[in-house]
Amino acid sequence: MQAFLKGGKVSTDKSKVDSPVPSSSAAKKSKDGKLKIVPWIEKYRPKNVEDVAYQDEVIAVLKKSLEGSDLPNLLFYGPPGTGKTSTILAASRQLFGPELYRDRVLELNASDERGISVIREKVKKFAQLTAGGTRSDGKPCPPFKIIILDEADSMTKDAQSALRRTMERESKTTRFCLICNYVTRIIEPITSRCAKFRFKMLAEDILSSRLKKICDEEGVLIEDTVIDAVLKTSEGDMRKAIMTLQSASRLCGKDGTISREMIYNISGVISEDYLDKLIRKCSRDSYEDLDKAIQDVIMEGFAASQLLNQLHDRIIMMENISDKQKSIICEKMAEVDKALMDGADEYLQLMALFSTIMYQTCHES
Amino acid sequence: MSLWVDKYRPVSLAKLDYHKDQSAHLKKLVEGGDFPHLLVYGPSGAGKKTRIMCTLRELYGPGVEKLRIEQCQFTTPSNKKLEISTISSNYHIEVNPSDVGHNDRIVIQELIKNVAQVNQLDTTQQKNFKVVVLTEVDRLTKEAQHALRRTMEKYMSTCRIILCCNSTSKVIPAIRSRCLGLRVAAPSIAEISQILITVCKKEGLTLPHEMAVKVAEKSGRNLRRALLMCEACRVQQYPFNIDKEISEPDWEIYLRETATMIAQQQSPKRLLEVRARLYELLTHCIPPDIIMKGLLKDLLAVCDGQLKAEVVQCAAFYEHRLQQGQKAIYHLEAFVAKFMAIYKRFLEEGIADIF
Repeated sequence: MQAFLKGGKVSTDKSKVDSPVPSSSAAKKSKDGKLKIVPWIEKYRPKNVEDVAYQDEVIAVLKKSLEGSDLPNLLFYGPPGTGKTSTILAASRQLFGPELYRDRVLELNASDERGISVIREKVKKFAQLTAGGTRSDGKPCPPFKIIILDEADSMTKDAQSALRRTMERESKTTRFCLICNYVTRIIEPITSRCAKFRFKMLAEDILSSRLKKICDEEGVLIEDTVIDAVLKTSEGDMRKAIMTLQSASRLCGKDGTISREMIYNISGVISEDYLDKLIRKCSRDSYEDLDKAIQDVIMEGFAASQLLNQLHDRIIMMENISDKQKSIICEKMAEVDKALMDGADEYLQLMALFSTIMYQTCHES
Repeated sequence: MSLWVDKYRPVSLAKLDYHKDQSAHLKKLVEGGDFPHLLVYGPSGAGKKTRIMCTLRELYGPGVEKLRIEQCQFTTPSNKKLEISTISSNYHIEVNPSDVGHNDRIVIQELIKNVAQVNQLDTTQQKNFKVVVLTEVDRLTKEAQHALRRTMEKYMSTCRIILCCNSTSKVIPAIRSRCLGLRVAAPSIAEISQILITVCKKEGLTLPHEMAVKVAEKSGRNLRRALLMCEACRVQQYPFNIDKEISEPDWEIYLRETATMIAQQQSPKRLLEVRARLYELLTHCIPPDIIMKGLLKDLLAVCDGQLKAEVVQCAAFYEHRLQQGQKAIYHLEAFVAKFMAIYKRFLEEGIADIF
């Protein structure tokens, strides 16, 4: 057993050193000498578990289990862009190394057909295969396979319940890893069979240090204030932050510097001045003015959900209205948000919200 | 002979008439020979599609304009056959997945996989990726949007996706965070009128400035509509007569009459008449949310201050239900009935106050 563990460890170390991860190899020059461009989000995806930023508890547990070359069934949940998919991909790479990775890991996400029939056939079949404890080169490796069910919250209830028994019966040869944004959408019997890990929203300093590192490596000139703007617009979502950064650096070309306005523009954030103007319109108690202002919002192409998001921060901080009024407005916001998610018309919903705000600021004080 | 809208559609980024900064940015973006997934959003008639086509042309050269229409077939797991028409060139494929209703997920899964899994043969002369343009993304079901998520990352090396929609509210955050968002705002009245005048000049016609402004205002900052209206005016009468009313679509007039009827009298009998008219509009394929907005706009004109707020709240409420429900007529009628009740109460209170 000791030898096995040791071997397992060596193998993981080795895989760390010489694993030509597909994403990084894509950055190399292809045969015809053309430089292939890889999106930064793939290029800087953590290659091993230790690289995953900020999720210390999860990483500690995973590292322990990697040392033991064993994993429980896992359930990762948390907001987008916090490293859930990256973590499990890195962990399974470390476990199996690049060659075995293909045979041992089945990755299913919402883009694959994932109804009950697939769970019954594809997943079950894959789970039933037994896995050897040695690699082709004679080195030992963990004797199980991993099935990654990404975006599991979009699986139907039926498909989830079909998983239940499979998970238990095949526990000898297969580990499941479910990834989702909302743990509440996963049925209870599944959650109780998994070790649950919550991924935290990334803290700003971690994000900014990563972004700076990327900027250094890519040779992008960027000021600290611009990084702050990126942080502010990305709301703790690493992928969004990196995406924004890359888009900005592409937009301004090789030698241009990135400005704050550009970041705001790319991320679709509504400028503070515009928001001020809207709120001032509300206090004027003129329905016609308001109507015009909302029409303008729609015409400018701002997303209502974005407006709602930013407006919420403003309303909370407003000083000239009482707490009770704020709560009335916030309640309306919640209703409007739900309606928007259901696909209701933006103009009408915004009108409803803003007329509430107008009534509260002008008549109730 | 083609319509002015198509005839004078700009074909290259340099020729776009407004949002020059954005065009410059797009140009820089494409110059590198590569770009991220794009999410183009803005109101209709703002030039989203035009910008997408210009970008593609910049990227691949004039070859993208050789379009062909193809029918694609897909089979659902329950063995139902779906057919969807796609517009494609050698370099890109354009599809509107919401055409197939709630089965759009299948289309997204299959189509993008088909396109993305084929590598270009000769990468020295061609770009090593193709472009998939998906229109009306905001009408995609949640499942279809989820299906897009990982696909977008997975096939990044062979395929770029350009999403086109009116509003990003209905696009899930996971997709938004994977794309570079491009907001295309509607052109201002001044910009539209300027374009109208230039187009007319190219046609060899003279368009008075006041007339251009009038058309632009009538169009609701929708350039396509403005051009169509302008052409319609030209067909009706030339040289342009400034005093002449710009003709509106029949259904708008019909809708306004309906609103007047509601405001005139509030009784069950009138409700029945209004219902017949609403049915008439629906059978002519006027979308229910447009009917609702049209009614609201005209009805608000007869209300004052506080009443307006109340009516707007109900309109928002019933429109939300309309989106969730099956049959539009119930909700439209409910709105009309509710309005009648509110308005009648208001009138009676007004009378009571007098005595």
